[in-house]
Amino acid sequence: MEIPYVVQPRPDTGIYNAKVGIWLFLASEVMLFGALFSAYVLLRVGAVPGEWPHGWLNVTLGTINTLVLALSAITTLLAWVACKTRQFAKFKFFHACTLLLALTFLCIKGYEYHDKWIHYEIQLIDGRIADGHMRENNPKADYVVIEGRYVTDEKDLYDLRAQKDLKTGEIKIPRSLIKEMENYGPWHNTYLALYFTLTGLHALHILGGSIVIGYLWGPGRRLWKTDPEHFTNRVEVSGLFWHFVDLVWIFLFPVLYLM
Amino acid sequence: MSESHSTDFKSYVRRCAYVFAAVLAGTLAMVAASFAPIGGWPVKVAVILAVASFNAFVVAGFLMHLISEKKMIYTLLGFTVFFFAGLMGLTIYAMHDMPAGTTFH
Repeated sequence: MEIPYVVQPRPDTGIYNAKVGIWLFLASEVMLFGALFSAYVLLRVGAVPGEWPHGWLNVTLGTINTLVLALSAITTLLAWVACKTRQFAKFKFFHACTLLLALTFLCIKGYEYHDKWIHYEIQLIDGRIADGHMRENNPKADYVVIEGRYVTDEKDLYDLRAQKDLKTGEIKIPRSLIKEMENYGPWHNTYLALYFTLTGLHALHILGGSIVIGYLWGPGRRLWKTDPEHFTNRVEVSGLFWHFVDLVWIFLFPVLYLM
Repeated sequence: MSESHSTDFKSYVRRCAYVFAAVLAGTLAMVAASFAPIGGWPVKVAVILAVASFNAFVVAGFLMHLISEKKMIYTLLGFTVFFFAGLMGLTIYAMHDMPAGTTFH
């Protein structure tokens, strides 16, 4: 049985069915991310003044990722235009660029996650807090080594932007002095829970989009030989999803990195 | 991405270059605003979100072709905006809807 309106537009809507489908899906995605953004607003506004982390993320890396994703949105559009103008070689080139840019984005995000994963806050029995990146944490050794600093008040760890010239160095801490030790994972505080949830869900969307784009670039391109217009529509639909993922990041970046 | 659009490749490349330049400028403006000593925190947030909205408009308008889409898509988006606004509005409303006797620490 042939599925109708996969190429030709429906007379009543003026567009082919997959396009209506992707816009309906994107509408549901808006509500999904909207719910998470509203949770962010609620928790951010309700936070105790001075106890919301600021300057914990690398703005340079966030900016680079914003531009990487913007560039990938452009290469996706150009891949579709290449299909419309029947230039298949260009389509392959631009979609390969999109995949490489998506991989770059995920690598940078992975580096940022790793940076948080090895960042520890260590509470000592004398009341001081050691904060920094773990260098040595051998369970058999009776000490840990971090690259960081000591603070006496936990509030000194929140607003890093306000603190100029932070002095850090290698600190060797005997395990007998450690009261509690925790890395900067999603369990560490509300801000990191939101950061990992929002960026993690976004990264999953990048991964999902990359798989679809990779399929169209690889085995899915067989359709081009038999029905190029249908194939072009598939590229358009996947492109719309990719642009939406870019849109989400356009708001995630300022909300998490700059505010 | 309507069929009626010109599919001239070079004109699209030119359009994309403008879009990228606009997003680049917007992104750098957001970063600059976050570091610049302008107003208080609410002013800073308003400026950054305004620039982010501009970036989103550029991407949605020109890359997703939303500035010239079919009525069906606009209708669908109209519903989405309505429910999204409701979601955010309820969140803000809930922030001030505390039971009598609530204490803050």
